Amino acid sequence: MSLFDWFANRRKADPISQDRQEREIADGLWTKCEACGVMTYTKDLRANQMVCPECQHHHRVYSPDRIHQLIDDDTWQPLDVQVLPQDPLKFRDRKAYGDRLRETQTKTQLQDAVQTGVGELDGLPVALGVMDFRFMGGSMGSVVGEKLTRLIERGTRDRRPVIIVCASGGARMQEGMLSLMQMAKISGALDLHRSQRLLYIPVLTHPTTGGVTASFAMLGDIILAEPKATIAFAGRRVVEQTLREKLPDDFQTAEYLLNHGFVDAIVPRTQLKGTLAQLIRLHQPASPYPTELEALPQDVAAHLR
Amino acid sequence: MLNFGGLTVFFGRSLGQAVRLWCEFRGVIEPMPTPQRKPILLDFEKPLVELEARISQIRELAEENEVDVATQIRQLEARADQLRQEIFASLTPSQRLQVARHPRRPSTLDYIQAISDEWIELHGDRGSGKDDLAMVGGIARFEGRPVVMLGNQKGRDTKDNVARNFGMASPGGYRKAMRLMKHANQFGMPIFTFIDTPGAFPGFEAEEMGQGEAIAYNLREMFSLEVPILCTVIGEGGSGGALGIGVGDRLMMFEHSVYYVASPEACAAILWRDAGRAAQASEALKITACDLKELGILDVLLPEPIGGAHANPVKATEILKSALKANLDELSQLSGPDLRRLRYEKFRKIGVFTEPTENGALT
Repeated sequence: MSLFDWFANRRKADPISQDRQEREIADGLWTKCEACGVMTYTKDLRANQMVCPECQHHHRVYSPDRIHQLIDDDTWQPLDVQVLPQDPLKFRDRKAYGDRLRETQTKTQLQDAVQTGVGELDGLPVALGVMDFRFMGGSMGSVVGEKLTRLIERGTRDRRPVIIVCASGGARMQEGMLSLMQMAKISGALDLHRSQRLLYIPVLTHPTTGGVTASFAMLGDIILAEPKATIAFAGRRVVEQTLREKLPDDFQTAEYLLNHGFVDAIVPRTQLKGTLAQLIRLHQPASPYPTELEALPQDVAAHLR
Repeated sequence: MLNFGGLTVFFGRSLGQAVRLWCEFRGVIEPMPTPQRKPILLDFEKPLVELEARISQIRELAEENEVDVATQIRQLEARADQLRQEIFASLTPSQRLQVARHPRRPSTLDYIQAISDEWIELHGDRGSGKDDLAMVGGIARFEGRPVVMLGNQKGRDTKDNVARNFGMASPGGYRKAMRLMKHANQFGMPIFTFIDTPGAFPGFEAEEMGQGEAIAYNLREMFSLEVPILCTVIGEGGSGGALGIGVGDRLMMFEHSVYYVASPEACAAILWRDAGRAAQASEALKITACDLKELGILDVLLPEPIGGAHANPVKATEILKSALKANLDELSQLSGPDLRRLRYEKFRKIGVFTEPTENGALT
């Protein structure tokens, strides 16, 4: 056996499994960047909001960290934590939806794929929703629809700007048409919020696709995105099938959407809170709103009963 | 030798013919598919076809030999009717999907022309530089009243289907629909939308031009319109591509139409990792009109003539027209703001979840 063979065999015998990589991020002292391969002390990476200090690669961040990054300490009030998913269709693919839900809930310690609440962002009152990709790919079912709708309604009632951090594969097929209809429901709530001249900013993170892109992700008064996030309606493979040729490498990235005029700005995670605060302040009128907008008009109040 | 059934069929056909000829004469449309063309049969219709073939065989034989078999033929015909009824009363979801996608199923333009007294098609979204033929729309007179009608348009043959992109609209199509709906709002006209698409087009250009944004914008703006909106699924309701013109005060659906969050083929490929499981997926996804009525999503279920809408388009048109009229009359009583509020409430209620109430019970 030559030295080369020995190395080759050793490599075969000890492949770096997906599982091991994840563990390194979870409890390892050092984390290897997926993009540039540089090892960073995990505490430093966390302090830098999971953005690689070498190459600026944005590692995935989930809802608890995201809330911590955006909301001032001790001001977060979670909303509707008791809204729990059901299995209305008794759906079963390779596994029963009910079992899938229970397993995911245990694994992620989340009830469903979104956390909502009110709090202060740099001292500014906001209503914030954060989707969590770990929960069945951040898919939107009845619970996501209901919680986001209530969040937006709360924003309308309290005259707060609404921010939704999107991370989702789209509608949750296991809830069938009920999940498709959540797209309409949330958009309706946004129409109401908008009619009161209130600000809504979605933040598109990796990945934002399908039914989420075709509803609240694209309905912002201002739309922000994280660098290199995938943002799409139809998946890349599906598009490739209809086209039968190779797509550009940067197709459906945040940068591509910026170039095509569908997002306002790409904001690195480390600057996100500051940018959101700046935008909200720019929308606070120098003089108060005209009085008829101070109180909710009766027809809007009727909507929110 | 016309019995009563034959007579109605005869009149039905001649009326349809007259309407078609008139439309062709006006130069408004291309000719509708004629019933004389060879029928396209679905696999589950086979027993029926065999029986019908036997009937005509017997009839020919009897004529040749000058034997009177009228009673037997009548019996056999009654049996055929019964069989047809039985087959269509117990279609599985995947069979319904076949009926919904039937190439002869009346399309949006067929229905629009058949239900309205006059009709002028309008084109373009005023932005993308291209008229999307997969989405059609215009202004019609319905029961004496101007109404904006629009919908997904599938092709009537292969060539037409290529031009209409198999009914899959691009962002330009959704923006054209919105432009027409805003026109309706501006001039106080009700809106009828007709849904019949496998989905919004998942192509390169469509993505580049913002398919997601175009649909999203429609969803929100349809909540803000202050005129009645009636949405009818006449064939296939494909996910966001259908919902993009589907936010209204009433959702109506033909009996054999389907409406789904993901096509059973795509769903099977993703969840079962096997596109061959489409039949199973169509069962699990609850895509039929009946299922959607139970889930509280569908408002009005329109019965279809036996054999499906394509078997008797004149009858299907009558059913559609009277349902549209009845619901429009109801909605016309409401003010613009009331329409908006009720539309919001209608969608606000959709969703199934649990939440403990104050007294500890689950809702």
